[in-house]
Amino acid sequence: MSVATESAATTHDAHHGEPTGLWSWITTVDHKRIGIMYFLTSIFFLLVGGLEALLIRIQLFKPENDFISAELYNQLFTMHGTTMIFLVAMPMAVAFFNYVVPLQIGARDVAFPRLNALSYWIYLFGGLYLNASWFVGQAPNTSWVGYANLTSTQFSPGLNVDFWVLGLSILGVSSIMGGVNFITTIINLRAPGMKLMRMPLFTWMTFVTSFLLITALPVIAVALIMLAFDRFFSANFFNVAAGADPVLWQHLFWIFGHPEVYILVLPAFGVISDVIPAFSRKPLFGYPVVVYAGVLIGFIGWGVWSHHMFTSGMGPIADSFFVATTMIIAIPTGVKIFNWMATMWGGAIRFTTAMNFAVGLVALFTVGGLSGVMHASAPVDLQQHDSYFVVAHFHYVIVGGILLGMFSGLYYWFPKVTGRYLSEKAGAWHFWTTMIGFNLTFFPMHFSGMFGMPRRTWTYQSELGVQLYNQMSTVGGFILGISTLIMLYNVLKSAKSGAPAGSNAWGAPSLEWSIPSPPHHYNFPALPEVRSREPMWHDDERAAIEAVTLAHPAKEPEMPGPSFWPIVVASGVTATWALVMTGVWWVPLIGLAYTTFGVFMWAFEDPFKHLESSH
Amino acid sequence: MKSLRTLLGTWVVALFAASCTFDGDRYPQSSVHPTSDFAEMIHGLYVDIFWWTLGILVVVWAVLAYILVRFRARPDQPIPKQIHGHMGLEIGWTVLPALIVVAITIPTIQAVFSTQTANLEESLVIDVIGHQYWWEFRYPDTGMVTANEVHIPVGQQVSFRLSSADVIHSFWVPMLGGKRDANPVRVRPEGLDPEYNWIHLTANETGTFWGQCAEFCGDSHSLMGFRVVVESPEEFDAWQAQLAEPVVAPEVAAAEGDSIATPVQVADVDPLVEEGRTIFHQQTCVACHAIQGTNAQGEIAPNLTLLGQRSSIAAGWLENTPENLERWITAPQDIKPGVLMPGVNVAGGNWPATNLTEDQVRAVAAYLYSLR
Repeated sequence: MSVATESAATTHDAHHGEPTGLWSWITTVDHKRIGIMYFLTSIFFLLVGGLEALLIRIQLFKPENDFISAELYNQLFTMHGTTMIFLVAMPMAVAFFNYVVPLQIGARDVAFPRLNALSYWIYLFGGLYLNASWFVGQAPNTSWVGYANLTSTQFSPGLNVDFWVLGLSILGVSSIMGGVNFITTIINLRAPGMKLMRMPLFTWMTFVTSFLLITALPVIAVALIMLAFDRFFSANFFNVAAGADPVLWQHLFWIFGHPEVYILVLPAFGVISDVIPAFSRKPLFGYPVVVYAGVLIGFIGWGVWSHHMFTSGMGPIADSFFVATTMIIAIPTGVKIFNWMATMWGGAIRFTTAMNFAVGLVALFTVGGLSGVMHASAPVDLQQHDSYFVVAHFHYVIVGGILLGMFSGLYYWFPKVTGRYLSEKAGAWHFWTTMIGFNLTFFPMHFSGMFGMPRRTWTYQSELGVQLYNQMSTVGGFILGISTLIMLYNVLKSAKSGAPAGSNAWGAPSLEWSIPSPPHHYNFPALPEVRSREPMWHDDERAAIEAVTLAHPAKEPEMPGPSFWPIVVASGVTATWALVMTGVWWVPLIGLAYTTFGVFMWAFEDPFKHLESSH
Repeated sequence: MKSLRTLLGTWVVALFAASCTFDGDRYPQSSVHPTSDFAEMIHGLYVDIFWWTLGILVVVWAVLAYILVRFRARPDQPIPKQIHGHMGLEIGWTVLPALIVVAITIPTIQAVFSTQTANLEESLVIDVIGHQYWWEFRYPDTGMVTANEVHIPVGQQVSFRLSSADVIHSFWVPMLGGKRDANPVRVRPEGLDPEYNWIHLTANETGTFWGQCAEFCGDSHSLMGFRVVVESPEEFDAWQAQLAEPVVAPEVAAAEGDSIATPVQVADVDPLVEEGRTIFHQQTCVACHAIQGTNAQGEIAPNLTLLGQRSSIAAGWLENTPENLERWITAPQDIKPGVLMPGVNVAGGNWPATNLTEDQVRAVAAYLYSLR
């Protein structure tokens, strides 16, 4: 491994000093490996959440069906929502943050590599803990928004809500740490010349999203802790009989929940803001406007939460305020759509799978955005709220927006990660089955909702006349399931035998395409100097950068060593929360002691010890 | 993309067709077939916004389609002209959508205020109380109570005062208008009035309209329906009068030695009904259920006065037939998981199984069905 083999055709250099094997992955602090683990874990949970969705769709295939029981159905839709939001959409974006952001800004790693590992392991353990509820038959069953007072011990005496409260608390820890890490990374670790207004849009949107993470997650954390106190220590935060406001939970949840929507969607916007210019061979149209629109969405996203609560009885003045703010946020979102289209205008568009998904996002997110304008009108929302119309709306946003964006990113950066292209043929199948399956599933839901089918219902009466629409949705759901399997096949097959990709697999403009595919574990042998927004598209700048980034250094840069302690601390954090479930006050202290032990060992471990021993 | 657009196009046409041509009978819970002033106001607003948004969607998709065809990369194409932006365009596509949202916001806010204010003096106030998993309706003016099927007069302003006995429910009768949450009433310091949510509406068509709980409220949330019977003022008054003095045989009160009973008309004398009457009033049924004019005065479960008149039982879930009543009395939890009513073989709530025989169940069902 010590001799690097020169290869002009490919950039498959032998990777120096990079350990292999399972243990090296468990103890890794390399942002790229952590990114890959985030991605694979989120795909695993995508399959879990997808399976839950298919069971739901089978149940709803015909009226008055008894394929599954109401109790199980309630657990399935609750876990489907919780899983897709917290265990799939958020971490899949974080997977891309991890892998791509340091490469885009010319950094060797994130600012806090071990904290990064801790984030991942807490996410994994938190997700497994949440799903462990299935094995005791008491999965969360009060929907992903868990409105009080249904979640009180009086109305939900089982372990179901306990799993939900504690599981989400654990996951929140992971997200907040991730946010801190990426803000620090983006502020401090940019390569020379990488001014803020030269950063690729994906990094920009990561930056905005990270601020939302560290500000929005604490709100839900507070709400969850209050609920935990109600449940375990008989507090009265949400006890209406003791004078609690019946809508307090809803306010707390949505003050978190609406920024959460932008936490989910801004990364996808970031992905396609990089993909569309790359495949149109034109710089992003109105770069500063797209950046500011994203920042503005991040800000205004804090002022619209109560549009989820128009039916809760806030009174006409509050209703009007949230109508107005919600209408306003439609504007920067529209501006982004127009700028993406203007980027394509006059370009030379290459329809790769990555580009197809990006265009699919532009087309379908628009549908979700416009139905969002409908609910923004409070009186109209009184009809659409909590009906399948809203289910259609937010799936157009979350699948049509976020998931398509993530798939676009997958096809775009896969060559960077593996050094191989994903198969474009399988990609075309993946894209078209996704489009057909998605629209067939969710478009008819506008009708079932309009004709009065409430969401979160286990079954419906044939008299409602919504059977046809439900059947379309179920068939579409299975096509969507097949599309996911095609994607999985493509990833597994292409990782082994895909066509080899060079350092700049697509002729794209940003810095991550200047280094070998896959990158060295230290990313950049020396830091390149950036002089523009599209460094790889200006011949002299590219030559100067590649002279640095493709060079073989005599001595490899020193990177922090692997550590076992993040996984110990992560398991300790998870165990501490999980032990709260016992309801005995001192039992969680055992977990806390174990966590503290891990933290001490971590703190006193020399991160560069491995270098001394190998020299 | 082409086949996708064709498919979506077909659906958009279907959307028009569906919202313009369907009849209310086919979709009894439709939100796009308004039959009250409240529902009409919402629908008018919805239709306006629908056209605005459809217009935007058509423009965006048309331009996108043009771009995708016109600017497809061709072999040996030189690098396209590198354009970084255009201030005029940015301002244009910021201002234009802003004007459209203003055009939507103004009538929206007008509707917000006009649908949430009403003169209660002119209103027939009805208390709506959500329970897991049924609806209680009280007429404060007359003191009458019913469950799961509420009657209102056509052409008269009605104000539903919403609350809940347990968790948050949401009162939704799409054809009569939008939904509003029925929140548990917060205990407030002395001197402060309890807070309620309201729905004000004037129905403009007679008929039976379907409603359903729209806020997830537990195991049987899906099965928490109800009906609103809109009838002429004369029919409504007659119904109220009948509720006050329902058809119940006097011997029930006598047999129980109960003084609550009011003088009532004599019902038919079907022996099965008589047997059912005896069983119902001597069993634990009366601990939870009320029947006006008898010893049954329980308030935990649906009021069964004039049950035989209702079009459905089990909160809108089953058609009201003697057979369905028997099914319900035998095993309510099989039909509605989480329900508190005990069945023949299963306990429910705080009550043991009823242990009724098949014949006894038939008798009770016949009795309840005779309450009309």
